[in-house]
Amino acid sequence: MNDTLANTEKKTAYILTLPAVLLVFSIILFPIFANVWISFKEVELKDIRIPEPRAKKIVKSISDEPSKIKILYKLRNSSLIQEIRDVSFQDNFPKTFEIENLDPRCSYKKQNLKCEFGNWPAKYRENFQVIFVTNDGSKIDKKNLKSIKPKLKGKSDNILLNTNFTLKNFKKVLFENEFVDLLLTTFYYTFFGTVGSIVFGILTAQMVNQKFYGRTFMRSVLLFPYVAPVVALAYTWELLLDPNSGTLNSLLLNYQIIETPINLLGQKYIEISILGFEFKLRLALTTVIMFEIWRYFPLAFLFILARLQAIPKELYEAADVDGASPFQKFFNITLPQITAVISILFMIRFIWNFNKFEDVFLLTGGASGTRTLPINVYQQGFAISDIGMGSAVSIVIVVLLLMFMFFYFKLLGKRVDEN
Amino acid sequence: MRTKNTILFSLISTFFLIFLISIWKILATLQGLSINSFNIEIIFIFGFLISLAHLGIGDRVKSIYKSIIFSSIFVFCDGYLIQKLPIWYNVGVFLILYFFTNKISKYTFLGLKEEHSTQVILFDFLTLFGILFFSFVILFPFYMMLVTSFKTQIALLVNPLDFSINFGQDIKDLFKSYFVIFKSYKFGKYIVISTIVSVGTVIITLLFAIPAAYAVARLNFFGKTFLSTSILIIYMFPAIVLVIPLYTIFSQLGLRNSIEGLLIVYTATTLPVAIYMLQGYFKSIPKELEEAAILDKLSWFGIISKIIIPLSIPAISSVALYVFMIAWNEFLFSLMFLDNPNSFTLSRAIQYLSGDAETPRQYLMAGSVVVTLPVLFIFVYFEKYLVSGLTAGSVKG
Repeated sequence: MNDTLANTEKKTAYILTLPAVLLVFSIILFPIFANVWISFKEVELKDIRIPEPRAKKIVKSISDEPSKIKILYKLRNSSLIQEIRDVSFQDNFPKTFEIENLDPRCSYKKQNLKCEFGNWPAKYRENFQVIFVTNDGSKIDKKNLKSIKPKLKGKSDNILLNTNFTLKNFKKVLFENEFVDLLLTTFYYTFFGTVGSIVFGILTAQMVNQKFYGRTFMRSVLLFPYVAPVVALAYTWELLLDPNSGTLNSLLLNYQIIETPINLLGQKYIEISILGFEFKLRLALTTVIMFEIWRYFPLAFLFILARLQAIPKELYEAADVDGASPFQKFFNITLPQITAVISILFMIRFIWNFNKFEDVFLLTGGASGTRTLPINVYQQGFAISDIGMGSAVSIVIVVLLLMFMFFYFKLLGKRVDEN
Repeated sequence: MRTKNTILFSLISTFFLIFLISIWKILATLQGLSINSFNIEIIFIFGFLISLAHLGIGDRVKSIYKSIIFSSIFVFCDGYLIQKLPIWYNVGVFLILYFFTNKISKYTFLGLKEEHSTQVILFDFLTLFGILFFSFVILFPFYMMLVTSFKTQIALLVNPLDFSINFGQDIKDLFKSYFVIFKSYKFGKYIVISTIVSVGTVIITLLFAIPAAYAVARLNFFGKTFLSTSILIIYMFPAIVLVIPLYTIFSQLGLRNSIEGLLIVYTATTLPVAIYMLQGYFKSIPKELEEAAILDKLSWFGIISKIIIPLSIPAISSVALYVFMIAWNEFLFSLMFLDNPNSFTLSRAIQYLSGDAETPRQYLMAGSVVVTLPVLFIFVYFEKYLVSGLTAGSVKG
C-alpha cells in the first residue's frame, strides 16, 4: 500500500516538474553544449541560413495567339556558397491547359507539372520557360494563374551538422587577438565593479539602517538604478557625459574646474599626476566601471541591509556599556556580522559582472579600451560575423568562470574549516 | 582636548554646509542662473564662524531664534553683498542654513567633552552627507532624462545647463517629443509588443513554475536534490554564452523576429528563479491542510489550485512582478533576435533609434521615460512585495 503511494507521488512529481525541466534544458543547457560543437567549426553568419531552391513565376501572354500563354520561372539557389541536391519542382494548372513544349526533365500529368532539376551549385540561376495552350479557347485568367505558387524541394548539407572540426578558432582567440589585453580589461571591469558596488552597498546600508525622516523613501530611491531598464539609463548617462553639450562637462566648465571638455566615454587614457608621479588612467574603462557600480550597488545594499537588521541590538548595547566608539562598533561588531553576506555577494556580482554585456555595449560599444570578453563574443559573432569564433570566446568565458568558481569554493571551504 | 574637539566639530560641520550649498548652487545653475564659482572660501569662513558662535552662545538664546539669526546673517552677506541673485535662490539658501543650524543645535560644549564625541559627530554628519549625496547622484540622471524629454533641440544646444521647463507653452509643444515618437516612430506598437511579451512571459512562467515548485517543496522523488541545486547553478549561468547557439538554432527554425521566440527564451531564463522563490514559500505552508485534502481524495491539480495557490497569493504576485520587470527590461536577447522594426520591443526600439546619429536626443529621452515609468511605478507601488522577494531570490542583473 505504502509502496504504491510512494510510486504515485514519484509519478506526480515527474509530471509536475517535467515541463519546466524540459524547457530549461532545451534553452539553457543544450545551447551550452551546442557552443562547444560550434566553437570547433568554421562557421560564418551567412552559412547558417539553410539554402533554399526558389522560383519566381512570371505569366506572359503571347501576342497574336490569345489561346497560348508563356510562363517563365526564374529559378535560383538562395545560397551563395552551398549546393542544393535533387531539386524537385511542382506546379498546378487549370483543367483546360495543355502543354506545348515539354522539357525533358519534366512530366505533365493531370494538370500537374513535375520536374526533376538535379543538383544546383551555389549561386545557380536558370530561366525556365513553358508554353501552354488552352483547348477550349476561353480567356486566360492571368491573375489566378499567378496566384498558384510552385513548390520546390531540395536537399542540402547543414554546415552545422557535418563533422568537419578545426582548432583554428581557439588558436585565433588565444594567440592572435590581443587576448591578454582582453582578459585584463575584463578583469579590471569585473573586479573594480564588484568591489566598488560592495563598498557602496556597505556605506548605504549602514546609512539607511539608522533612523531618520524619509527612510523608506530613501530605500526605494536607492534601488531605482537597479530596477530601471538598462537602455534608458545608459543613454541618459551618455547624454550626461557627452563632451560637447553634456551636462557634466558644461557644469565643470562653468565652474572653471576644467578648461577643456573631457570625453569620458571616448578617450582611452588620461594622464594624471599625483605628487609628481605621472600615470595613465584608463578613462573610458573607469567611466564604464562607475556606471557599473552606480547600477549594481543597490543589490549589495539590499542584501547587506537585510543582514544588518538581523544583528541583535544587545550587541550594540553591550558595546555602549563598554564605551566603544562608533568606529569600533562598526569594525568589531557590524563588519564581522556581514562578512558572510559580502562573500556571497562578491561571488554573485563577480560572475554577473564578468558576463555583463549590455552596459558596456550601450555606453561605448566596446571602443576606447572597454572591450571585454562578452563584448568580444558579440563582435566576433555578429560584427565580423564569424559564428565559430564567437562560440570559441563563449567557451573561454565558461571555462574561466568554472575556474573562478572552483577556486572560490576551495578558498571558502578552507576558511569555513578554520573557523 | 576641548579646543581640539571644538575645532574638529566646526570643521566637519562646515564641510557639510559647503556640500549643501554647492548642491543648491548646481541646481540653481541648472535653472538658468549664471553662477560661475562655488565661493568655497567665503562659505567656509561663515560656516566656521557660525559653528563657533553656536557653541559660544550655547543655551542663552532659544535655538529657533539662534537659527533664524544665523541664517539671516549668512543670506544677507552671501546673497545680498556678494552675489546679486534672485529672491528664490536666497530663500533656498536661508532654508538650507536653517536646516543646518538646526542640525548642529544638539551639539554643545558639554557634549564635546564626552568620550568619542568627535567620532559621533563625524558619524552623524557622514550619514547626513551620504543621504544627500546618494539621493543626488541617483536621482540626477532620472531628473535629466525627464527634463530633456521636454526640451527642444535648439534649447539643448544653446544652453545645455538650462534645465528649466517653460510650463506656459502650449501642451502640444511641451509634449512634442512624445507625440513624435508615438506618431513617427511607432512607439505605441512597441509598447503593445513589450506588454504582450512581458505579460506572456509572466503567465507561462507561472504555469510552469508553480507545479514544479510544488513538487520540489513537497514531494519525494529521485533526483530532487539534484534538481534543486541545478536550479541555482543554472540561474548563475551567463546569458551571453547562450546567445550564439540560440541565434543559429532560432534562425534555422524561423523563430527570430517573432514574439514566440522571445517568449520561449524569457520563460526559460526566468523559470529557475521563479521556482526557487516559490518553493521557499510553499515549504512554509502547513502540511496539515494538504493531508486533509488527500483524505478528501483531491488530485494534485486540486491541491495546487484549491489550497496552494490561494494561500500563496503574496509570493506568486511578487514572482509575477519580478518576471514582468525582467522581461520588460531585457535587452540582450531582443537585440540578437529582433532586426525587423515591426517586431521590436521598447528597449530594442530605443537602441535602434539611437543608432541613427541624426535622431534628436529629446526623442531618445522621451523613449527612455516611456520605458522607465512603468517599471518605476510598479516598483514604488509594490515595493513591499518586491523587496522581500529581491533578497530571497534577487533579480539577475
